[in-house]
Formats: sequence, structure tokens, C-alpha cells
Amino acid sequence: MMKPLRDLLDKLHPHFTEGGRLERLYPLYEALDTFTYTPGEVTGGAPHVRDAMDLKRVMITVVLALLPCFFMAMWNTGFQANSAYALGGGALEGGRAELLQLFGYGADPDSLFDNLLLGASWFVPVYLVTNIVGGMWEALFCIVRKHELNEGFLVTGSLFPLICPPTIPLWQVALGISFGVVIGKEIFGGTGKNFLNPALTGRAFLFFAYPAQISGDRVWTAVDGLSSATPLAVAAEGGQQAVVAAISWFDGFFGTIPGSMGETSALACLFGAAVLILSGIGSWRIMFSGLGGVIFFSTLFMLIGSETNPMFSLAPHWHLVLGGLAFGLVFMATDPVSGAMTEEGQYIYGFLIGTMCILIRVVNPAFPEGVMLAILFGNVFAPLIDQLVLKHHIKRRLRHVEG
Amino acid sequence: MSQAKDVLLDPLFNKNPIGLQILGICSALAVTSKLETVVVMSLAVIFVICGSNASVSLIRSQIPSNIRIIVQITIIATLVIIVDQFLKAYAFGISKQLSVFVGLIITNCIVLGRAEGFAMKNPVGLSFLDGLGNGLGYSIVLLLVAFFRELLGAGKLLGYTILPSTSEGGWYLPNGLMLLPPSAFFIIGLLIWLLRTWKTDQIEKEN
Repeated sequence: MMKPLRDLLDKLHPHFTEGGRLERLYPLYEALDTFTYTPGEVTGGAPHVRDAMDLKRVMITVVLALLPCFFMAMWNTGFQANSAYALGGGALEGGRAELLQLFGYGADPDSLFDNLLLGASWFVPVYLVTNIVGGMWEALFCIVRKHELNEGFLVTGSLFPLICPPTIPLWQVALGISFGVVIGKEIFGGTGKNFLNPALTGRAFLFFAYPAQISGDRVWTAVDGLSSATPLAVAAEGGQQAVVAAISWFDGFFGTIPGSMGETSALACLFGAAVLILSGIGSWRIMFSGLGGVIFFSTLFMLIGSETNPMFSLAPHWHLVLGGLAFGLVFMATDPVSGAMTEEGQYIYGFLIGTMCILIRVVNPAFPEGVMLAILFGNVFAPLIDQLVLKHHIKRRLRHVEG
Repeated sequence: MSQAKDVLLDPLFNKNPIGLQILGICSALAVTSKLETVVVMSLAVIFVICGSNASVSLIRSQIPSNIRIIVQITIIATLVIIVDQFLKAYAFGISKQLSVFVGLIITNCIVLGRAEGFAMKNPVGLSFLDGLGNGLGYSIVLLLVAFFRELLGAGKLLGYTILPSTSEGGWYLPNGLMLLPPSAFFIIGLLIWLLRTWKTDQIEKEN
């Protein structure tokens, strides 16, 4: 069945090689070819590790690990909106409603299909814009630099829509991913040379540029003008009592709470964590030390307590299931390019992110959520941490030589 | 004559103090959220740098070399105080907006750098032109940064509305990041990228 495609690719090949008419577009051809087939060239020299785990497999495994988050992104976006309609008595109107009715949309928050359908109508456009615009930048830089187009963007393009609120305007999605890909990655030399996580860089840009569309109370549920605070914002106002009154812990764990589309479900993130740890792609050291940092600091704050800042009272097990903490620790902090590389360094790096996240959440009254900034902060420090760990190693070994 | 021309024009693009030497970044971040303040700041820096270059050059053979930095700083500080008092007297509003950054021209590396690096070795006329060139090179970058920051951050230029913002009934949603100092980093970075694509000899060798 795959034979005709192979034949077609082989037939097109001469046009893209040196001297061919479409020589400049070789990166695009190469991308399609190696995406569909195993690369023709295999490492031959003696000192190289020969492993099936190349960049493509790594990136595709990450996307697989993200699948439950994709599912939850669509389901929960639809569930939140349908529940709001059911409670408030309103209904979806306009072009989107007409389109969805073609598929038999019934606005029932108990129906899996209705939730998925409505959620998809918010999530899929964001996903498409991210990948078309971001992919265009990626291809442009590859063609100009004569690099091979690689799958690095596949992961960025999957992570970015998951950390956007459902109501985000599409032009902002385009702007955010452009900033993330160009400023966060390409100007440093492309995949593998970026020191910041590109998806988070793009989100941070939007966060500071257009705060009204990505934070506050009005963006998390895809219903016009509906104000629905995220549980973290609730906690910032009224502490743990207010959260417990609003939702149960399992709501947070399963992810049936308002928030950025893909980040709400800690369960989906746990699945992702299992896949990443078993396949050896994500560092368990970073995840666990991050977890340690979160538990340590939030317990500390809880014990200290505060009269004026209700956020102090939020217990560690709540911190873990609310907001983007689970998603960030599993998928963002473990980015092998922008995270720490040395084993000891990964413990320090993860712990730094965990503590920083709790510090921003609890102590900074301006931001109820702090995972994004904490991870970017960790990214900036990762090379320094690695440097110190390596220096320490060298020093220790020198003692043996000299002594 | 061609030497004078080089001294005046080189700092504009070939040896731009911000673009190539990465000096004077502090004020480039701090005052560039509005075009108006940048124009005043640029004029102030041009005045100070021309004055200090000419004065230092005038007495360069009298300055004992072990206290030369002190002498240079004294001259620069004097000029900056004159500018500061002048602004307070005739443009109080702007002077308040610029706040400490007029006073901080004293510590602007470009001014001291040109006094030490050029005026100590060259005659008065050339030193004056060098000061003018570097002041203009600094101003060009600041004006460009402020142009983008005010236009994208507030939809205005020199206080006049160019892109009517949504809060005033228009269509443009102002970009809040552009009003924060870090945005100047991004814009300066992009300008340097452009400059080095145009003048490839400015690209540093990989080591």
C-alpha cells in the first residue's frame, strides 16, 4: 500500500538534490521523506551509538504521551462551556452553533460527544493556527539555513495550544507562537540550541503583552462574558476553605475545572509522566525533585500561616492538582534541551522550579499562577547549574590524580 | 577631510556604540517607552558627549595620566548638571519623566568611553566630530526603539494617535509588553540582527 508513495518520493528526489530545480526546498522534501520512512542513511562509524531512538522517535513519543491531555483539553473545554449553558440557561449562538448542529450537537454537559465536539471547535482552530504559523517559521529558517526540517516543532506545536485558554483570539495565538519559535528558538540556532522552552516563551510573551486575554476570570470558559475564576484565583482570594467549598480534590485531579485547555487534568499528566519516564525521555529526577520542592515549600508556608495572605493556607496536595503545575513539571520542565543535563544538576534544577513556583503562587499577590515563570527561571539557570556540577566533578577527580 | 568624515559617520552604522559595542544599554531600556522623552534624552547625550570630547581633547596634554578618569568624569558631570538644570528650568514635565536618567548620563559608558578612547589622543575638531557621530549613533538606535515601543505599546507617536486603541473605540489592542523595559532588549536584539545581516563584517568570529 505504501509503495506508490515511496515511488513518488523517489521520482521527485532528483529535483531536490544539488542542481535540481527545487534545490532550495530540499529541507521540505527531506522532512516528508523521513517523516514517512526510516531515514536512508544510518550511522556507520565505530564510535557512534546505534540506537533506534533518534530525534524523530523522541518527539513522537512525547506527542503520544500528550494524547490524554489532548483528549482532556477538548472534553473539559466543552464540559465547562456546556455546564455553564446548562446552569445559566444560555445557549451557543452564531456560526459556531450552526456548524456544530450539522454534527448533531446537543449542548448536554453529560454527553461525552457533545463536550468533545464543542471543545474541539475551540481547541482545533488554536492547534491549527499554532502549527501552520509555527511550522511556516520553522520551514523558512530551515530553507534559509539549509538545515533539515526536524520534528522539534511537533512538540512545541502540541504544547503551545494546550497551555492557552480556550477563548484566546487566534491572531494572538499566531503572534505568540511566532515569538516563541523565532525569539525563543531560531535565533539561537534552532532545535537543540534554545535555552528557553519555546512554547513557554510564546506564552510568556502573550501573558505580558495581552494580559486581559490570557489571565483574569473571563477567559477560562468558552462562554461569552462568563466570569469563572480558576481554583488558584479562588485560593488567592479565600484560601483553602474557598477552594474546598467550590470543588472537590478529585475535580482538580481529573481536571474538570476551568483553566488553560490542556493543563487542568493531573491524571492525564500522570499518564504522560509514566510514558516519559518508562521511555527514558523525560527525566524522573527533574519531576521528583520538582515535586519535592513543591511539597516542601507549600508545607512550610502552611505551617507558617498568614493573617493577610489566604494563599498560605493551601495544602500541598491541592497545589499539585490545581493550575498548570503537573503539566509544567511533566512536559515543560523535563524538556531535554532547555533543562539541566547533569544528573545532580537535574535534582537542583527541578527543586528550583518547584520552590519558585510555590513562591510565586503564594507570596506574589499579582500572579495566582507561577509555573510558567518558574520554569522559564529554571531554564535560565540550567546552564549555570550544569557548569557548577561539572566543575565540582572535575575538582573531585583532580584530587584523586594529585593526591 | 576623509578622516573627519569617517570619524563622524562610522559610529552611525559601522561602529554603532549600541549596536556593535553594546554600550549605553541602561538608558536605552529605561527611557524608550515614549518618543518624546527619547528626543530630549538624545539631544542631552549629544550635547554632553560633544562637550566632553572637545573639552577633554583641549586639555589632554595637561591631564596627568594617573588621575585622567577623575578629570574626565568631572568634566562630564559638569556638563550633565548643566543639562539637568536647563531641563528643569525650561522643560519641567519632560525632566520629571526622565527623572534620574539625565543624571545617569554621567555613568553612560559611551560618554566616558569616547573621552578616554578617542579625545585623549586626538585634536579638538576631530574629537568634537567623534562625539557628534557617537551621539547620533546612540540617538538613531534609541529613536528606532522608541518608535516601535510607543507605536505598538500605545498606538501613538509623539503623543498623537496612529493606531486607535480598543479602549478608545478603535481596533488596535495595545501590546502591554512593549511598555515594559525588557521589550527594548528584544527590539535592540532584532536591530543588531538586522545590522549584522547588512554589515556582515560585524559578526563575531566563533571561538
